Amino acid sequence: MFYDVYVHSGRLYRYARPASDGPSAPGVAPYTDGHGRDGWWSGGYEAPVSPRKIAIMTSLLASGEALARLRGLPGVDQVGLEQRAAGLATRSIKTTAKAWAIDTAIGMVDLTTLEGADTPGKVRSLCVKAMRPDPSDPGCPKVAAVCVYPAMVPTAAAELAGSGVNLASVATGFPSGQVPLEVKVADTQAAVAAGANEIDMVINRGAFLSGRWGVVFDEIVAVKQACGAAHLKVILETGELATYDNVRAASWLAMYAGADFIKTSTGKVSPAATLPVTLLMLQAVADFRAETGRQVGVKPAGGIRTTKDAMRYLVTVNEVAGPDWLTARWFRFGASSLLNDLLMQRQKLATGRYSGPDYVTVD
Amino acid sequence: MSDRLTVRKTYKLYLGGKFPRSESGRTYPVKSAEGSGLANAALASRKDVRDAVAAARKAQPGWAAATAYLRGQILYRVAEMLEGRRAQFVAEVRDARGGTVKAATAEVDAAVDRLVWYAGWPDKLSQVLGGANPVAGPYFNHTAPEPVGVVTQVAPQGEPLLGLVSVLAPVIAAGNATVVLAAQEQPLPAISFAEVLATSDLPGGVVNVLSGRVAELAPWLSSHSDVNAVDLTGVDDAELAAECERAAAENLKRVWRPVRPDWTAAPGLDRLRACVELKTVWHPAGL
Repeated sequence: MFYDVYVHSGRLYRYARPASDGPSAPGVAPYTDGHGRDGWWSGGYEAPVSPRKIAIMTSLLASGEALARLRGLPGVDQVGLEQRAAGLATRSIKTTAKAWAIDTAIGMVDLTTLEGADTPGKVRSLCVKAMRPDPSDPGCPKVAAVCVYPAMVPTAAAELAGSGVNLASVATGFPSGQVPLEVKVADTQAAVAAGANEIDMVINRGAFLSGRWGVVFDEIVAVKQACGAAHLKVILETGELATYDNVRAASWLAMYAGADFIKTSTGKVSPAATLPVTLLMLQAVADFRAETGRQVGVKPAGGIRTTKDAMRYLVTVNEVAGPDWLTARWFRFGASSLLNDLLMQRQKLATGRYSGPDYVTVD
Repeated sequence: MSDRLTVRKTYKLYLGGKFPRSESGRTYPVKSAEGSGLANAALASRKDVRDAVAAARKAQPGWAAATAYLRGQILYRVAEMLEGRRAQFVAEVRDARGGTVKAATAEVDAAVDRLVWYAGWPDKLSQVLGGANPVAGPYFNHTAPEPVGVVTQVAPQGEPLLGLVSVLAPVIAAGNATVVLAAQEQPLPAISFAEVLATSDLPGGVVNVLSGRVAELAPWLSSHSDVNAVDLTGVDDAELAAECERAAAENLKRVWRPVRPDWTAAPGLDRLRACVELKTVWHPAGL
């Protein structure tokens, strides 16, 4: 008697079957075993066990355990969560604390341009801005990273080389993620090969919302493998997940699957990042570290436009996840217009006069 | 004796087309010329100045892009609305500055007339201030007046309605947006006038009216980098005015500081000219 395992709809199945004719496994992509044969359950038991097969089996087993854990997550108290976020948003940050918060926030910005109309020239000027956000003040910190589409990675990589500013690329069929896994993996590999050291992937919301959490899990594992040394940020697109419970489950799912960062949104869907959702994800990363010892970062993206907003997020990071997360290594803002507002506030603190959009770069 | 409760008006700011209280939550008592309490007015803070400038900046391009004819029509509409509430304004002006009903009526009438006068100007400015210039060379050379952008103003003290109208009408007639600080001790007619503006098809944010202390707010109105011109008409303290001029010089804002203007005299073009930038274009002419 042989035992076999597979994952379907987030559950781990284990069953016995004769070696000769295996059952088809519904809902699981037919991985090849590296020898041109179809699925590893389809009778190929005599074949040598390839490392890839082992990795896939491990992933399936891990996803089984992880998904069982996800089923046991407590529900989210919506009213309590939103009230807590609203309470944290009332903190007043002034003078030296404000100056610190502004500089910290600038250092956490993933300066983003994700438009169909992006040109190499626009990406280059964005990179220059990332390296020196305020040309009139050499003391102004650099941003954390520049975030572009994969096709723009070579342009940005050439511009940012040696600057200390990271280069993030969205991948995996951003922003919808509705492409086959092979395309997602190839998209990721191409971005990494072109010089991206951070990858922002989108999860398969269609699979997640229809309950096929195992598919989502395995896709993240596959993309993480394709990333190699690059950091993987997993975009949950919380605006499409409908409930806080789903956000919590998706956060844990992404972390179990190997995410280095969990990110709220693509910025293409409204609502994008909100304070309650970010608070919830910060709770998740803090609990995850307590459980597994591994620290995961958080990146709210989209809709954060003002310094006041950014400071609310920093307060929330400090109060919910703790000061360990208050660095660009563990917390980022996905934003474009936020940087200009931070710079204007910085100029106001330095000169005592209100600044204006004429005194920061346009894009 | 009537058994109705008195319905008293809360005087607030006019900011971005809305009537909010001051961000600071502060108010100050406003007294009539005879010394009796009239109401509490909002005491605006520097953050209200900031918000007002942001609202003006947002509204200005749309207002400048409106046709000159439409701007004139809207100014005329403001005059119509003011005329319709004449009795209320006569009472408020008289409360604010004392004197006779006749004097107060004269001020309100003059304010309406001033609006009508400026309503005629938007579609004539480019002909009067601009035009084709004769130049040596194969060029068509012409000059056109364009609004400077966002103007901050301190309305004159002492003429609560006519003074306010006289400073803000030319600024908006030329296509600018303005943040105007009402007369410090007589802000109530200005806030009521904001209600007139709000019901006159004037886009929200083109005029923003604040009430508060000149000494506290004038430096912020002058130093804000996103402001293009400053009108210090209502700053009577020479030292404060000099300080404001220095703050405005930091980014080369245009400063307007008239000497003892006579509000009853015909206004002339000075104020219109002060809030436009003259753009001259050299265009190669045909062979």
